[in-house]
Amino acid sequence: MKKWTNWLLVIGVVLLAVIPLLLVKNSEFGGADGVAEEAISEVAPNYTPWFAPLAQPPGGETESLLFAVQAALGAGVVGYGIGFYRGRSEQKKKGERDAA
Amino acid sequence: MRKKQWGSGLLAVAGFLLYLLINEPQTAYGMHIMEGFLPVKWAVFWWVVFVPFFVLGLRSIRRITKERPEAKLMLGLAGAFTFVLSALKIPSVTGSSSHPTGTGFGAIVFGPLVMSVLGALVLLFQALLLAHGGLTTLGANAMSMAVIGPFVAYGIYRVVMKANGSQKIAIFLAAALGDLATYVVTSLQLALAFPAASGGVAASFMKFAGIFAITQIPLAISEGLLTVLVWNWLQSYNRTELEEIQSLQKRGA
Repeated sequence: MKKWTNWLLVIGVVLLAVIPLLLVKNSEFGGADGVAEEAISEVAPNYTPWFAPLAQPPGGETESLLFAVQAALGAGVVGYGIGFYRGRSEQKKKGERDAA
Repeated sequence: MRKKQWGSGLLAVAGFLLYLLINEPQTAYGMHIMEGFLPVKWAVFWWVVFVPFFVLGLRSIRRITKERPEAKLMLGLAGAFTFVLSALKIPSVTGSSSHPTGTGFGAIVFGPLVMSVLGALVLLFQALLLAHGGLTTLGANAMSMAVIGPFVAYGIYRVVMKANGSQKIAIFLAAALGDLATYVVTSLQLALAFPAASGGVAASFMKFAGIFAITQIPLAISEGLLTVLVWNWLQSYNRTELEEIQSLQKRGA
């Protein structure tokens, strides 16, 4: 039962990400930070940014590498934590069984 | 009971379909305010507002790790969850991508203040390495993602739990609405800094929020689902510690 609801949650997340890709045609799904600049220049045409990022990934590939690194680091820690707790709880259960 | 669940499920599906149909594809701009895109006075203002929350967050973390050293792993997990979720740029129905925040989880487990530190660290990483967000806009972005979002999530969780709602629903709503609140605040920050020539702040806000909020709705739902998923895992293996950490909050967060 519990396993089953978890799978449903995962399927829900995947669907929410895939449906837009199927429904919306002719879009690049850009992160579109650039469009934010456009919107701001519509409202405030005279605004110039007064500070530039210190370092910028040289291109799309390096940027996607860094995003992948960020996701991997996070997922690694989450996986480690849940695995650690799982092992500990199974040890406990085993201890209780042995004592009984 | 079963009938009721089916009814609400159908309602949700119908609502979602309606939302998909009404939605005109348009390009939106998700995520954080870019480097240099807040006028100096606003950048400074949000930094000044954010710093006290950061200090309180540090104190809260110190208190938690002193009282329960073994909670460090759970703190790391809450930080890591934010790390993962804000690295996932998920396509949305508006034809652009944005990412969830992942801050609701830590706010529910540890109380909202802890996230002001963990969330700021994620934003700093993205500003320095990815040119995503920025240092000058870090105060503003941290206020939206690391302070107000978590506070909203925590508040919603508390209210739903008090009303004797199910814990799963409380977590889902908390995470989803905290995510949405983050982007509403971002819209407001941009509107305050760039009021429209006609209509002022309100017109600007409607413009920014209309785009942001709509892009973010499916992502907020995703964030709610993912937060419940992680919660389920933790609960099956570590129920007692989760409950003990949560009870730390009640003795003065």
